[in-house]
Amino acid sequence: MVVVNIEKCGHCGACVAVCPTNSIELIESCLRVDDTCTSCATCITVCPVGALTAQRSP
Amino acid sequence: MNDEYDVIVVGAGPGGSIAARTAAEECDVLLIEKRQEIGSPVRCAEFIEERSLSPYIQPDKKWIAAKINGVRFISPDGTTLTVSAEALGMKGVLGYVLERKIFDRELAKDAARAGAHVMVRTRATGLIVENGTVKGVKINRLGEDFEVRSKVVIGADGVESKVGRWGGINTTLKLKDIGSCAQYLMTNIDVTEDFCNFYFGSLAPGVYAWMFPKGDKKANIGLGVLASKLSRKRPVDYLNEFISKNFPDGQPVELVMGAFPSSDELKSSIGHGLMLVGDAAHHNMLGGGVMNALEGGKIAGDVASKSVRQDDSSRNVLKEYETRLHRSYGKNLKHAYKIREFLSDLSEDEWNKLFQAFKEIKPHLSVIEVIRLTRRLLMANPKLVFLIPHSSFLREFALSEREPPQSNF
Repeated sequence: MVVVNIEKCGHCGACVAVCPTNSIELIESCLRVDDTCTSCATCITVCPVGALTAQRSP
Repeated sequence: MNDEYDVIVVGAGPGGSIAARTAAEECDVLLIEKRQEIGSPVRCAEFIEERSLSPYIQPDKKWIAAKINGVRFISPDGTTLTVSAEALGMKGVLGYVLERKIFDRELAKDAARAGAHVMVRTRATGLIVENGTVKGVKINRLGEDFEVRSKVVIGADGVESKVGRWGGINTTLKLKDIGSCAQYLMTNIDVTEDFCNFYFGSLAPGVYAWMFPKGDKKANIGLGVLASKLSRKRPVDYLNEFISKNFPDGQPVELVMGAFPSSDELKSSIGHGLMLVGDAAHHNMLGGGVMNALEGGKIAGDVASKSVRQDDSSRNVLKEYETRLHRSYGKNLKHAYKIREFLSDLSEDEWNKLFQAFKEIKPHLSVIEVIRLTRRLLMANPKLVFLIPHSSFLREFALSEREPPQSNF
């Protein structure tokens, strides 16, 4: 699962545009990743500020 | 809000508002925007050419930050190519740096004046699809869910578009087809000239950096990097380096993140009851997406009205949108993509050589000079041959040693 660092996120939607499973939603300054995320890391690569990281599920 | 409209437009950026304004002249239109505030936060470098703007809205000093009279392209070694309104023989200005926060609102107001119902903080959460035809939009407004039916839906929901994907058009961008950008609105920038600057090379791999003056010592300074060329270093890191090197006295008043599609044409930007406009349809190549969104929005609005009039929103009727787009910028997108792919892979040295070769272009070249120049370009980089149309006589002579007939273009 990908997690968002809200202190870095610039709310630009680049991650939404590249997500192959359509798992991310940008609502104003809130970025939500739902449980369909496969941790493919495409969004991590595109982010202009490095606000996204993959976190292993517990 | 009604339960039903003729046309629903998702997204109140320039493309969506123009589409809504156009369709509202004849139809019942709902224009929805997920943000609280139309036009804010900005995700744009804000430069637009005059000729791309004035057919859609009368330029107004309310939303023009600066008038631009020329453009400068700068290679890694500082070789500079200048295009000015004066050199082009233009009487007026070349373009403007906009104040998008005001511009976008003005366009939405235009849509409202034309009769569209505008709603903010109203997000599309899905489409109503029946028998393969889009019949409306599922929306969430201030936390409450609604279903609103329509004859036509226009998806103008930007680079992060979902409307297309819900309607069966795969708009997911590959990393090689998206520019990831960061920009500061800076103050203390000593620009006296009304020129927009573009910087090429490894300072912004695959895209470019820009400095667009906004008057009063302010400027949009930013850059994009093709996402497939990113590793640990982020666009914002590239930008901070670029600024400390070139604008050490600049101080930021705003930080903007953004992305733009830079992909090959979508197979289709329509479905039954559905059209996509602007960045949502990937109608963008190297920035400057507002230009295509305005034109696409206007055509989509027209075609939506026609479809409502004929009571037929099948692809058969909506395909006029694609046909008309193809007559304007659509046909250029494929070629532009090839050029963009080529430019994205140039080394610093290749950029310099390319710029030096172009530097010798004068406004009025004879045929012989054009052919000599083309030969020199090809010597600098043989890969450039694809830029010359296959059947053109330029190719015939440039690739041979023959001298062409004497005449001027």
